[in-house]
Amino acid sequence: MTSVMGNPDATGRFGEFGGRFVPESLMPAVIELDSAFREAWSDPLFRAEYTATLENYAGRPTRLYLAERLSEYLGAEIWLKREDLAHTGSHKINNVIGQALLARRMGKSRLIAETGAGQHGVATATAAALFGLEAKVYMGEVDVARQSLNVFRMRLLGAEVEAVTSGSRTLKDAVNEAMRSWVAALGDTHYCIGSVMGPHPYPWMVREFQRVIGDEARSQYEAATGSTPDWVVACVGGGSNAAGTFAGFVDTPARLVGVEPAGGAAVGHGIGGIVHGMQSFFLQDEFGQINEAASISAGLDYPGVGPEHAHLHAIGRARYDQVNDDQVLEAVQLLARTEGIVCALESAHAIAWLVEHKQELLSSSIVVTLSGRGDKDVETIAQRLGFLEGEEHA
Amino acid sequence: MLEKSLQQLRKSGRRILVPYVMAGSDPDWLSLVDLVIESGADAVEIGIPFSDPSMDGPVIQRAGELALARGVTPFSVLSELRTRSFSVPIVVMTYYNLFHHMGIERAVTELRQAGVDGVIIPDLPLEEGANWRAMAKSQGLETVQLVSPVTSLERVDEILAVAEGFVYGVGSMSVTGERAELAETATAIATRIRPRTTLPLLIGIGISNGDQAAAVVEAGADGVVVGSALLRRVLEGQTPSELSYFVSEIRAALDEA
Ligand SMILES: Cc1ncc(COP(=O)(O)O)c(C=O)c1O
Repeated sequence: MTSVMGNPDATGRFGEFGGRFVPESLMPAVIELDSAFREAWSDPLFRAEYTATLENYAGRPTRLYLAERLSEYLGAEIWLKREDLAHTGSHKINNVIGQALLARRMGKSRLIAETGAGQHGVATATAAALFGLEAKVYMGEVDVARQSLNVFRMRLLGAEVEAVTSGSRTLKDAVNEAMRSWVAALGDTHYCIGSVMGPHPYPWMVREFQRVIGDEARSQYEAATGSTPDWVVACVGGGSNAAGTFAGFVDTPARLVGVEPAGGAAVGHGIGGIVHGMQSFFLQDEFGQINEAASISAGLDYPGVGPEHAHLHAIGRARYDQVNDDQVLEAVQLLARTEGIVCALESAHAIAWLVEHKQELLSSSIVVTLSGRGDKDVETIAQRLGFLEGEEHA
Repeated sequence: MLEKSLQQLRKSGRRILVPYVMAGSDPDWLSLVDLVIESGADAVEIGIPFSDPSMDGPVIQRAGELALARGVTPFSVLSELRTRSFSVPIVVMTYYNLFHHMGIERAVTELRQAGVDGVIIPDLPLEEGANWRAMAKSQGLETVQLVSPVTSLERVDEILAVAEGFVYGVGSMSVTGERAELAETATAIATRIRPRTTLPLLIGIGISNGDQAAAVVEAGADGVVVGSALLRRVLEGQTPSELSYFVSEIRAALDEA
């Protein structure tokens, strides 16, 4: 037995979830990655370089900020873990710095990545520029059109962006295409997966590269209050910011909450399946074909969820709830107006959950991970609000 | 049935040709199965379309998308197969989620009832496949194992120890798709695996014409699987006689090699 959020067993299982369901052509690569990560992660020099890069380059530690006006509004004590202040504007940089350092250590000169909203693609392009690696980012054609500014950002950073035209032309298809291209480029290329998903060791490795969020928040909270929070809340797409946050608190009495979009709730509405190299929950039709997710936030538009979340759900250690797009739009505005913070639509899911559960949360203390900033979403928000107002007046 | 049948061919000195057909990519796909058998196929690989075919290149992806758009499901494919019997073994290729979703016991039963002799599940590697293999074996369904150009010899032997039906040697470090030139890995893997197994050894992925097929059997393989090169012609709307000519050409090249 492994402890909750400890290291998975050699086959990469979290309870019944996880594993390594990849074609034989990729198997040696994921086995090699597993041992390279194990070695690196227990090497103090690797850790020191990872930590130093996060501090000097990415701006860590990020603040744990007591949001007083929001706290007053909700009648609870809300502490925001400010991943929106990390370089590139989201927590994605933590993982990418780790994987880029690992890729370099493995002698790889090139990174490939999938991206939905473009945040992970931008982070990958950034790390590639920083370490002098080549980068190619796969992005569904639909998302390329929706997130054109991030496409340009990636190109500005020197990355190549390929629009994926197969399947539903969104994030899940970008994952497929990245895997396809990886097979043909194993010699010099590392596949830098953007969340706690995919075949072992990715879900575990990405959680470890993101646990800096939770570890920092735990000690910052302790330093400020001498105690641990009652609740810990984060949004869940693939689940990396949530997994990184939960890892810091899983051994405290804190109640852990992952907030999924109602239109992409793999834990809430999904069923057990095996796709993208992992056994987990996925949105599927009655025959096991994978359905598309549909949420206002491109970064949560993923029909699956990381296997460790499936496990935390199954054993009851974390709770997974959903909020819908309208609640998210309300939450973005609430946070903007009470705290002067325009957060990402993804992160606003966590805020929306606080609003919905206000009664349950009264007088409690809550750490909320604000996974990213909202600049990338301003246009979407403007359109949606204009649309909503138009409807009201109609 | 699959292994036995292919072993007999192998012992008689006949090279093995296994064309790939995507179930339901066109309403008349069963005629395509008949056509490839008449043109010299020794077994037929039948794809069941999946929403996320992460091992397939553009041609097979496209064929699968057409099938899904027509409303094809695993059950519709299997019930169509149930209405027919074929003179050669049938091997189903698809991704594991479809079987996992049905439940492996039901999946194996349905496949057997549809007359399927073997399965190829590219995303079910050695370590994850023990339950499936046991269930399949108990009902006489043979699970084909894949070995790749980067599989270590130690691992090759572990895979061969559980292999059934035939050994699928992955000819190219890529997803499915045609190649103008045969990959060096295609002949290399045939040479590398041949001395390690007495099972029929077929090379697939990237085999696009008769010359390439002949080259891999000369390197030690017993035959080939041909997918994208055939399906591209199907998607282009080539006539039955053109398709038959293409398959017969590979047949002839194998017979002469
Ligand atoms: C700001 C932000 N938060 C959250 C996510 C969702 O990812 P995860 O669930 O892995 O944290 C994304 C993904 O693009 C994101 O950009």
